[in-house]
Amino acid sequence: MLRIIKTRFSQKYRTMSFPNGPAPELPERFAGRPVISDNCVSGCNNCQSNCPTGAITFSNENECPAIDTGKCIFCRACQTACPSNNIQFGPDYRLAAISRNNLIISNNPPVPENIRHRLAAKLFSRSLKLRQVSAGGCNACEADSNVLGTPAWDMGRLGIQFVASPRHADGLLITGPVTQNMKLALEKTYAAVPSPKIVIAIGTCAISGGIYCDHPEQCNGAESILPVDLFIPGCPPHPLTIFDGLLRFLGRL
Amino acid sequence: MAASDPFLLTGNCEPVPMASIPRVSFESFRDFLIDAVKGGARISAMPVWPSETGQQLNVLAVMAFPQIAELGILTSELPPRWPSLTPDCPSFHWFEREIAEQWHVVPDGHPWLKPIRFAPSCRLQPNQSKSVAIGQTEFFAMSDHEGHEVAVGPVHAGVIEPGHFRFLCHGETVFHLEISLGYQHRGIEKAMTGGPTLLSRHYIETLAGDTTVGHTTAYCNTLEALAAIQAPARAEAIRAIAAELERVANHIGDIGALAGDVGFLPTLNYCGRIRGDVLNLTAELCGNRFGRGLLRPGGVAFDLHAKSIDYLSNRIEAIRQDTTSAIELMFDTPSVLARFERTGTLAIETARRIGMVGVAARACGLEYDIRNEFPYGMYRLAQLPVKTWASGDCFGRAYVRWLEIQQSLAFIRQQLHELPGGKTEKELPVIRQGYFCAVLVEGWRGEICHAVATDQQGRFAFYKVVDPSFHNWFGLALALRHQQISDFPLCNKSFNLSYCGHDQ
Repeated sequence: MLRIIKTRFSQKYRTMSFPNGPAPELPERFAGRPVISDNCVSGCNNCQSNCPTGAITFSNENECPAIDTGKCIFCRACQTACPSNNIQFGPDYRLAAISRNNLIISNNPPVPENIRHRLAAKLFSRSLKLRQVSAGGCNACEADSNVLGTPAWDMGRLGIQFVASPRHADGLLITGPVTQNMKLALEKTYAAVPSPKIVIAIGTCAISGGIYCDHPEQCNGAESILPVDLFIPGCPPHPLTIFDGLLRFLGRL
Repeated sequence: MAASDPFLLTGNCEPVPMASIPRVSFESFRDFLIDAVKGGARISAMPVWPSETGQQLNVLAVMAFPQIAELGILTSELPPRWPSLTPDCPSFHWFEREIAEQWHVVPDGHPWLKPIRFAPSCRLQPNQSKSVAIGQTEFFAMSDHEGHEVAVGPVHAGVIEPGHFRFLCHGETVFHLEISLGYQHRGIEKAMTGGPTLLSRHYIETLAGDTTVGHTTAYCNTLEALAAIQAPARAEAIRAIAAELERVANHIGDIGALAGDVGFLPTLNYCGRIRGDVLNLTAELCGNRFGRGLLRPGGVAFDLHAKSIDYLSNRIEAIRQDTTSAIELMFDTPSVLARFERTGTLAIETARRIGMVGVAARACGLEYDIRNEFPYGMYRLAQLPVKTWASGDCFGRAYVRWLEIQQSLAFIRQQLHELPGGKTEKELPVIRQGYFCAVLVEGWRGEICHAVATDQQGRFAFYKVVDPSFHNWFGLALALRHQQISDFPLCNKSFNLSYCGHDQ
């Protein structure tokens, strides 16, 4: 018993002050929100042809690339391929969006949109219980969601928790492209959550199928099956990206 | 005659021309494989691929011969039916089930021939139905009228991947646990065929997301071997640092979760946090907490600067202190040990016979560790003695993890201190045509095997990945026998196998 208490002291208090204090420092090489400028060499599409997931498009009137962060896996192949240094993955971790279209980022990016969800902010802002469903996830999005429950992040102090049963939940947090083999289980889990309920898609796979997009074994993301209220892109998204997304969604940040 | 006759012997990561691999009748193939296993070899991979006309099937076996540190390779034509190898040699049971499911062939006399992934067959014609009803199979049943069954999953209570578990019980005692997977199947093997493409590396990085570095090391080793280059020494060292960080992070997380499963919350909470600290060190290397984008065929995409080396060394020391205090606290607590010891025990002979690998095998006393038996990359220069424990129970699986955490932290510090100079990346030439390469890597769960052949255009004719979980899921089922259902979370976590790595 004394040993347990002694260890407790030596392990110290390690919960971050965020969201009341500053956000934890991210590593120097972190790939966050893309910053795109429009000095493209006319006719160059190196970024597009090197993108493994087809996340980059060029609109007709505008010769500047747009990155769909709902398809992007943040591999930075486009950044390396661009001859004019037009694409940089910056340090901004705020990537979450409440509409699929707002995940597409081009030049002069607006300040990250207000993603407060009216219903969620009204009903769940002080207590949000989520049932996590991995539907073909590789265990990275799952791990970076799970870590939010550990003492370093401790999202429980803000009333956000993962629960064991969908019947205890206010919504689903889905990872993975939604495999054919998980489709029915996901539908049943959704049906078991009492209304009103929300759905959160975490990671590029859950948003668009990601690198598995158009494989017949999966469904190209959660939106093909369920209405999605919050999209948090990344491969996997950093825990801070998820935390920030949840808090702004609930109107707590 | 040595058990390795008539196999073509080659080293780990040493490609051979497809044409040079001995081809024997299936009858002899079967006998040679069984003899090899009796002589101490292990089956690492068993890819099947169609002949050029598509009419016949070919099968290839990659056998690991640890006594001579060589891989033995043999091929044959796969008949539509054959007398199953499993009754003679149980370690083939999952391989034969996979082959039967993928290619619509039948190993006669296989004791439990059921789908392992519920995935459409590779031989499907375009107009055939692609759907396979997941979880629809003949599960084991007990005829005793007092017996009962408990079915769990695919959606579980925790933040965990999906799988279906059926406990056949009498009272609280589990007679058998049947594990039915496939929920995570994303079609990776099929998508890898015909590669490499822009997506190939990303499939491997996410094949089992918690083993990104382990599987990507195998992918890079494969492509480098097929292209006849070696990654620069500095790149090999950075890969090894990343691989050991991955091992440390996952082992710490597992020990924390084991503490949680027996209700010992201090270690659960400390380890949960420290695991995140270790993942952050991987992010220091490449920006991603799982090491995505770090390894590339030809080297690594990010170098380590002097400032980062100092930072990492200091952090590793701090993590060593935190981990030691958190984990020794648990191992010194009698109530924890009382739950760990003699729970989920597997005999060494059982582990050997069913072909277990990795931590779970070492915790039964088997000295299996690819880093030591078939060294590759940096492990050719820095020897890591194999850490084993003989008890075969949950304590053994926890304790081997703790021994490996200490060893890996010391290894990382040493590598950071002695980091070779020079470049971190080489240009990857075109890969050779008509070659086969088998690569073994010790991931944090155990042996990872990538068995790859190229066609005449230099494309992947097949790219077979065997995750350690593929060998070990049945070990969990056997460990549960004669336990109580309430021991399942503890036993499951002590193996902590990958669903997506198995389902692919």
